[in-house]
Order: sequence, then C-alpha cells, then structure tokens
Amino acid sequence: MNEFLTHYAYLIVPIVKIAILVFIILTVDAYLTWIERKVIAHLQARWGPHRVGPHGLLQPLADGVKFIFKEDPMPANVDKAAYFLAPFITLMLALTSLAVIPFAPQHFTVFGYETGIGIADVNISLLVLFAITALGVYGVALAGWASNNKYSLLGGLRSSAQMISYELALTLSVVGVLLIAGDFSLRKIVDQQAGSGHGLISWNIFPQIIGFVCFFIAAIAETNRVPFDLPEAESELVAGFHTEYASMKFAMFFIAEYTSMITISCLATIMFFGGWLSPFPASWTFTQYLPSVLLIPFGLWVIFDGIRYENMFGRMLLPVVGGALTAIGVALVIFPVFNDAIQGIFWFLTKVFAFLFVYIWMRGTLPRFRYDQLMSFGWKFLLPVSIANVILTSVVILWRMH
Amino acid sequence: MVPTNYYLMLSAVLFGLGIVAFVFKRDIITIFMAIELMLNAVNLAFVAFSQALGKPDGEVFVLFVIIVAAAEAAVGLGIIILTARNRRSLNVENVNLLKL
Amino acid sequence: MSAQVIIFFVLAALAVLAAINLIVQRHPIHSALSLIVVMVALAGLYLLMGAEFVAAVQIIVYGGAIMVLFIFVIMLLNAGEEERTNFSKLALYGGIPLAVAVTGLIAASIVNSSTATALPPAQPVTLTSTRTLSHLLFTEFVYPFELTSFLILVAILGAIVLAQREN
Repeated sequence: MNEFLTHYAYLIVPIVKIAILVFIILTVDAYLTWIERKVIAHLQARWGPHRVGPHGLLQPLADGVKFIFKEDPMPANVDKAAYFLAPFITLMLALTSLAVIPFAPQHFTVFGYETGIGIADVNISLLVLFAITALGVYGVALAGWASNNKYSLLGGLRSSAQMISYELALTLSVVGVLLIAGDFSLRKIVDQQAGSGHGLISWNIFPQIIGFVCFFIAAIAETNRVPFDLPEAESELVAGFHTEYASMKFAMFFIAEYTSMITISCLATIMFFGGWLSPFPASWTFTQYLPSVLLIPFGLWVIFDGIRYENMFGRMLLPVVGGALTAIGVALVIFPVFNDAIQGIFWFLTKVFAFLFVYIWMRGTLPRFRYDQLMSFGWKFLLPVSIANVILTSVVILWRMH
Repeated sequence: MVPTNYYLMLSAVLFGLGIVAFVFKRDIITIFMAIELMLNAVNLAFVAFSQALGKPDGEVFVLFVIIVAAAEAAVGLGIIILTARNRRSLNVENVNLLKL
Repeated sequence: MSAQVIIFFVLAALAVLAAINLIVQRHPIHSALSLIVVMVALAGLYLLMGAEFVAAVQIIVYGGAIMVLFIFVIMLLNAGEEERTNFSKLALYGGIPLAVAVTGLIAASIVNSSTATALPPAQPVTLTSTRTLSHLLFTEFVYPFELTSFLILVAILGAIVLAQREN
C-alpha cells in the first residue's frame, strides 16, 4: 500500500489537494453570499438574513437546499448542446483558474513527492489565468444565444462585448508588474516583492499604483459586478443572459461569478499587495502573534454574544463556535511551530477578504454604468491609461539600469 | 518521449480534414473555419520540428502564423458580413454571378 | 507506453474527433465549438512538447479572440442550418476516397522518410523559456515582428471600413 502510494504520488497528491480546495472554495462561496447579503443590508440600515440560523448563518444551507429541490425547466426550441454546455463551461473555467494560485510559501514532502501549497506551480501561471479569462467569454455568449430569447441574446452579446473590451485593459495593466518582476510565475512575483524583508514598502502597489487601479477596474468589469453589471442586472433586459436558467444551472452561474471574484481578489493581492507577505518588517517578530491577538478576543465576543442570543439554537451553537475560535487562538500561542506555519496563509486570507469586502461595499454603494458609458470608458480611458503605464514603467526601469 | 513522426502524422490528418471540410461545406463561415484548421495543423508541424531540432525558432514562427491568421480572420469576416447583408444568405453556391 | 504517449493519443484523438465533428455538424455554431475543442487540444499538445508560451498564446489569441469573433459573426448574421441537398454522387464516391488517399500518401511519405539522418536523436522534452523566445523575437526576427504589427494595423483599419454601415 505504501509502495503504491509512493509510486503514484504524483497523481494522488494533486487529486487530494484538488478535492480539498474545491470543498473549501465552495464553502467560502456559499458564505460569501451570506457576507454579501449582511454587509449590503447593514449599508442599507436593515438586518439582512437573521432568522434561518443564529445571525442567519445557515442561510446558504437553505439556499442550497432550495436550488436542489427547485424545478429545472428548459424552454422549448433551445439549442440543447449550447444550453447545457454554457453553465458547465463557466463553472469549469472559474474553478480551474484556482489551480495555479499559490496560497502560502511552504514546501512540504509527502510520500517522497515534493509539493507546495497551491495545486500547480507552473512557470507561466499568469498567462494560464489570462487564457482562462479569455475563454470565459464563451460561457456568457453561448448562454445568451442558446436561450432562444431576444433579451437573453442581447444581454449575452452585451456582456461578452464588455468582457472582451476590458480583457485587453486587464492584460496590459499587469505588464508593469511583469516588467518589475521579470517572470510570469506568481510565486516568483511574490518572492520578488519580499525584497529585503522591509514589509509594506517593497510591495508592488507603490511603483504600480496606476496599474493597480486599472487592473481592479478592469477586473470588476470582467466579473460583471456592480458598477459594470448592466448585462445581468434584474431591472435591465429581464435578467440578461441567465434569464432562462433556473435552479441548478443558475446556481452554477452564481458560483462561477463568486469564484471568479475570489480569483481576481487573489490575483490582486499576489501581484500588488505582496501575497502572503506580512506588512510588517521581518525583524518585528512580535507581530507573528497577530493571528492569536485577533482570534482570542473575537472568539470570546462570539461566546458572549451567543450566551445572550434570542433563541435556543443560537444559545447552543454560538458558544461552541466561539469556544473553537478561542481554542485555536490559544493553541497558536502555545505551539510556535503551528504559529509559524499559519503566518503566510493568514496574511493572504486577510488581504483576499479585504478585497472581497471592497467588492461588496461597491455593490452597496455605486450606481451602474449605462452601456455606452461602459464601452467608451473601457476603450477611450482605461486602455490608453494602461498603455501609458507600460511605457512609463519601461522608461523608469531603463533609466534605473544606467 | 513521443516520436516526432506521430506529431507530423497528426498534423497531416488534421490538414486533410481541413481540406475535406473546405471542399464539402457550403456555408462560407464553415469554410473559413476549415482554413483556420489547416493553419493550426501547420502550426503543430512547426512546433514539432522546433522541439525535435532543439531550437526555438519554430515557435517564434508559430507566433507569426497566429498573428497573420488573426488579421486574416478579421478582414475576411468583415467581407463576409458585407456580402451576407446584401445577399441575405450564407450559401457559397449562390455567389456565381459577378453582379449582386 | 509512457505517460507522455498516452496523453498524446488522448489529445490527438480529441483533436481528430472534433475536426470530424466540424465536418459532420450542420449548424455553423456547432462547427465553431468543435474548432474551439481542436484548438484547446492542440494547446495541450504544445504543452506536451514543452512550448508553454505558444500554448498560452494559442488559447488566448486563437481560442479567446479569433473564435469569439467567429461566434459573434455567426450570432450576428443569424446563420441557420445548412439545407439538406442531394449529395453529389461524384463527390461522395470519388471525393472521399481521394481525400483519404491523399492523406494516406502524405502520412506514408512521412513514415518512410529517413528522418534518422535529418533529425538528431530524440531528447527528453525541455521547456522553452519565454526569455529565449522574446530574445529571438527582438533580435533575429525583429523585421517580421515590425511587419506583422503593421499588418495588424492595416487589418484593423480594413475591418473598421468594411463593417461600417453605408450612410
């Protein structure tokens, strides 16, 4: 058995990692919907979901059950191949793009097979991500076309035209980072930002602030989020390209959208904000206790809130959750080995969640673009600014080389 | 280690299928796609030889072929849109007179 | 059979089946989807040969831009299925055997050619680094590079002029 595992470790280990990652990402997607509904609700001075479980925490579970049991109608005269293929393509591409993202710097060896945290470590991981983004247009275009519905077709064509326009600006805004790092590999981009251990000031955000702004705006347009969500907004064109998709197929589009949000947030942290690097200089070793300093009070607050919660279920569940969080925080202080291992992934997740919060914050705050404003913004403003960023970065690099 | 001959035979088969599609299909857009298939078959042969000889020159040429194919597709599809708008049909058998 | 040969046969079978599907399907949108499968399969083959940058460019440019253009044109022109006509007997009984014969001739000449002298002995696959490719592109091939950028400019202008509505 052991020999079988060692011989085929190059197949089994990635499959296990894929299974773990897909499970984690689907759970994070589900709870991202909860976070989104709560944050937007509090921005609009209401409560959001708070009945289904304590603080509405079981709402994603209820939504999942609804998606499973709801009827999945298929309109007449649709192109069956394209109709079934479109949500699969979108979901498959969104989940595949997570394979090349490095989450933490550690390398470990299992059954003689050396691997890192992150499923694949490719030399051209950034190009792979752009290739997947480029293919993502098909899901939307085919969904709009296959639905045998004028409004869906218009919504699908608008959405794919928007995605193609902003894809150019997305790719060009990253070229500045590539010029500085000199490599396509995401791991090497983060390693280059480590610099000499000075923390925050060696990150790419400072030399590449224009590139970051262009990248973030183009990324929001690529994922069809507010303020660029005209093709899929509910008050325009019925519901755009996913009008005729119900229950499970709609859930696939939904999951694909949140997963691509997570991917873009991961990309933005890796390329501009130092990925898994701590913002504090490496010589300040007391900052390594920051996870515990955050977890222990948070766990105690959850316990305290749970004891006084209004219904019985909350009074039972929340103190358990709070107790678990406090126990993890204490364990991090007591076992330094555990603490060292968790540093990289803690900072990575913090930055990714900060970006997701900004995404949700924008959804609750900004109105949406009109279609012609959207297209002229993409072609007439964002693309020239990205090109100017590339030229400026090259000039500065050449000037510094002399 | 895959022998180079395998790649070349696959390239020949794809090229032949491209020719069959070019000759037998009546829809102008499908004929265009057959041209793209033939170009892809040639690209495969280029990369196969580039790997066999150990020089990256073949891959640089593949980049040029892709760029030329993109330019050709853009202009060709523009022409197709114009003629299809005037004739209201995409059948090449109808393009048998010199005037519209 | 090493793992590489198995992967080659899987990808090659996928490419050939998708190309046959392109011929067999009646609606141009299904042919376009089959062509996209061919391109992705070929990108996989390029990766197998160590040409990682070319594989990525193939998917980004061919699969993500050119084929999207094809699909947009098919949707814009509302291309319908091809009508069924009587297949010409000459084409069926003369043409298909002729096409198979031509392909067989090319394949046989490849197999029988003495590549033992023309090509060096097979080496394990090495990844071509992007740095090498870009160095070549800007030193040895700089003239074709500038020419193709000019060609793209001409194509953009041509496409804009052609697609304008007559005012």
